[in-house]
Amino acid sequence: MNIHTLADYLNTLADESDTGMVFDCQPISGEVDVLQITVLGREELPIFVSVTDDQVLCITYLWDKSEVKENKMNDMHVSMLEMNIPMPLSSFSKIGDKYVIFGALAISSTFNDIEHELAVLSNNALEIIDDMSDYLI
Amino acid sequence: MSIFKKIMTAIRGGATEVGESIVDANATRIFEQEIRDAENHLTKAKRELTGVMAQQMSSSRDVDRIKREIIEHEGYAVQALEKGDEALALAVAEKISALESELSTQQQALDSFEGNAQRLKELVKKSERQVAEYKRQLSMVKTTESVQKATSAITDNFSSSNSKLLSAKDSLERIKAKQQKFDDRMKAAEVLESENSDNSLEAKLKEAGIGATNNNANSVLERLKAKQK
Repeated sequence: MNIHTLADYLNTLADESDTGMVFDCQPISGEVDVLQITVLGREELPIFVSVTDDQVLCITYLWDKSEVKENKMNDMHVSMLEMNIPMPLSSFSKIGDKYVIFGALAISSTFNDIEHELAVLSNNALEIIDDMSDYLI
Repeated sequence: MSIFKKIMTAIRGGATEVGESIVDANATRIFEQEIRDAENHLTKAKRELTGVMAQQMSSSRDVDRIKREIIEHEGYAVQALEKGDEALALAVAEKISALESELSTQQQALDSFEGNAQRLKELVKKSERQVAEYKRQLSMVKTTESVQKATSAITDNFSSSNSKLLSAKDSLERIKAKQQKFDDRMKAAEVLESENSDNSLEAKLKEAGIGATNNNANSVLERLKAKQK
């Protein structure tokens, strides 16, 4: 499993995906290879996938710290913590000043598992921005 | 300091700048070495344990054998006494005494083997836990590093696209708008399709002379005539 075999799989999937989503993959080269995946119609919220020794990590950036309303930071954090378990498959994190939603899969996962993960992550990201929009500018 | 705290401190310290490593470059190597050491200890302890357990089994067999022999000789001694052969009974008693001292030596050895085996089993368990723990920590270090490197690659890539200019709410609005447009198109297509099928039905009806007919000159004239009456 690496990002290139995953990209091949998702690209050949096209309209045949079980999830009803069409994925477009673009590898980003760097010290660690990252696959940028956009879901058709949701280009604004790309998913970034990296593959390490023992896991496949899928990350979507949600919002920047600066987008959070003043005095709402604590309330937002509490809401996010409360949402963390009910939210299927994904969890919250923060990278630098950016809040993210992510899912980690075992390296032994199938392409189908990853496809499912990506679809759920994308839906979760949309829903969570909607749910948290009261706290955002 | 635990690796967890090290990572937290490094992240809070702002080690997120491009090119800066979150965890000491040596940390990974040190962990890998520690894992190898712990695994070596584990292999050694397991090998020793096998040896000690073999000795323990053999010693336990010896103890059983001596115990059996003592019981056997006790029987002989009683039989000799019953026959009134005091000298023979004494000889047997001496043999029993020798067996008993052998038993005590063997029993001590067995106890010591059992103690060793127990100690080694605990060592194996502890080493196994340690290896698992080091592996977990190594995975944390590696994941942190890889996320950091991936993030810098993503950030570089973001700068060349306009995705970062959008706030989360704007992104959501745009996605929703696209979804709405898509839904509208689908609905429009459905309406159009149903209208088309209505039209074709109407045409068929007209052809068959059923339903509304065209307002032609004749029908207008008929209507006017009817009004005059």
